[in-house]
Amino acid sequence: MARKKRRSAAFSRSLLAPQPEIRLVSVTETVGQATIDGLAYLGDLTILTGRSLHAVVIAPFQGQRMRVERAVHQAMAVGVGAIPILSLISFFIGTILALQSAYELRRFGAMEFVANAVAVSMTRELGPLMTAIVVIGRSGSAFAAELGTMKVNEEIDALQTMALDPVHFLVAPKFVAMALMLPCLTTWADFMGVLGGSAFGIAGAGFTFGSYIHTTLSALVLRDIVTGLIKSVMFGMVITAVGCQEGLSTGLGAEQVGRSTTSAVVKSIFLVVLVDLVFTMLFYLTAPHS
Amino acid sequence: MTMSSESESDGPVNEGVAISVRNLRVSYSDREVLHGVTFDVNAGETMVILGGSGSGKSTLLRTLMGLEKPSGGEIWIRGKNLCCISAHDMAELRKRLGVSFQSGALFGSMTVGENVALPLREHTRLDDSTIEVMVRLKLEEVGLSGYEDYIPAQLSGGMKKRAAVARALAMDPEVLFFDEPSAGLDPIIAAGIDDLILKLKKAFRMTIVVVTHELASAFLIADRMILVDKGNIIALGTVEELKSSQQPRVRQFLDRVPEPDVAEDEGFLDRLTERLRL
Repeated sequence: MARKKRRSAAFSRSLLAPQPEIRLVSVTETVGQATIDGLAYLGDLTILTGRSLHAVVIAPFQGQRMRVERAVHQAMAVGVGAIPILSLISFFIGTILALQSAYELRRFGAMEFVANAVAVSMTRELGPLMTAIVVIGRSGSAFAAELGTMKVNEEIDALQTMALDPVHFLVAPKFVAMALMLPCLTTWADFMGVLGGSAFGIAGAGFTFGSYIHTTLSALVLRDIVTGLIKSVMFGMVITAVGCQEGLSTGLGAEQVGRSTTSAVVKSIFLVVLVDLVFTMLFYLTAPHS
Repeated sequence: MTMSSESESDGPVNEGVAISVRNLRVSYSDREVLHGVTFDVNAGETMVILGGSGSGKSTLLRTLMGLEKPSGGEIWIRGKNLCCISAHDMAELRKRLGVSFQSGALFGSMTVGENVALPLREHTRLDDSTIEVMVRLKLEEVGLSGYEDYIPAQLSGGMKKRAAVARALAMDPEVLFFDEPSAGLDPIIAAGIDDLILKLKKAFRMTIVVVTHELASAFLIADRMILVDKGNIIALGTVEELKSSQQPRVRQFLDRVPEPDVAEDEGFLDRLTERLRL
């Protein structure tokens, strides 16, 4: 009986034994494949960015046309069109920041630091980040949809057969527009955030508008604003590269355009946060100790 | 540079031949779509590439236009081998080719006039007024006078194709490619497009390559025809030669006989479902 039991247990073990091994291999394979795919994707983004920079910086010296009017058109769509919604969101974020910081500061009787908290948080972090999120929703998705539709309608092929490089013609102006407009929008978002903070500062923290702005200005150093703007330029590059890469790699059919658009938004948000982390770490490590 | 000079000197130099394709192979991943195709298109003739869905005819056209990279063989156009041409030479060559895509592929964000003007603005130093006159002329040639300021979405299917032809003609190409010119059009509009191709052929004596599966249209416009089947050329000749061909596969295509396998497939499916039911 015992022998039979042992045999049965051994049989069960032999059935079960290979399974963890198979799972381990498949997990390793999956992680490996995902890593390779991720690196390949980053490589594609880098190539697209490099080719666009070549089109903007080097090609004009080789006698190729600068497509200024296309860049201006894109800049208007990316920048001016985003101002109303970005103003509203930044204003609310500023007020929320003031409320959240006041929640803690009032326990220490330090309500006068509300303006400082809002100013530093907005310029260093939330201004660039919220601007990037709004621009991803408005323009990153639009880039993917526009290029994806052009791919499906054979317009990208048509450009190639007319000896026009789609990267020079379509992607490079978008990079220029984003690299110029994101810092402008971020500056505007910083300002609206401070205004939003001042709304609570005046109503709930005993500031006058003048004293709030004065406190804000004395709390900020140039580095706060500059680091925020550097990040915003990087975010602009990431959003354009992902939006255009997704658009250009769209498969056949209208359904694929939807997939590209969704993918552009999700990947852009992730990469913007990743770039934010890297640059915040760099700025932290290079910050002068006081 | 060496490659370029080699490609110019090694090409099949024949004045009468506009496009020369030698043992062309094209693969997507592991799947070979064209298995060694060889033919010439003579200068000034209209060559129609016929074939069923999935036969490889569209891949053949895309490869001739330089949109797909061959996995083997050679394509010679204007003394250049497309298989090993430099990017600069390819761009220069493309300026001498015109393409009318199946969907028209007009840029939706531009007017019809701007679409036609685009190659002229990008590749020439002509001033705006000259470009405007040329655009008007090209649109007149395709019967679209007065439509300069329309956007492509405001045009019917046939008009879009005509506008696409006008854009393809903008740079006065030596070779004009048409991808399924009458697909998705009603018979009257399709006949109009056929007329337009015949008119272009007569007026400019340009080399025209048309990919289609419309037999009536093909017989009307072709000087010579190629029948592509499963990635191979199964017939090449004049309209009369093709019409009188006794090759079973050619006859099947021209007489519109369905695949015998289909009936067999249905039988197989019946047997399969019967077994599943049991």
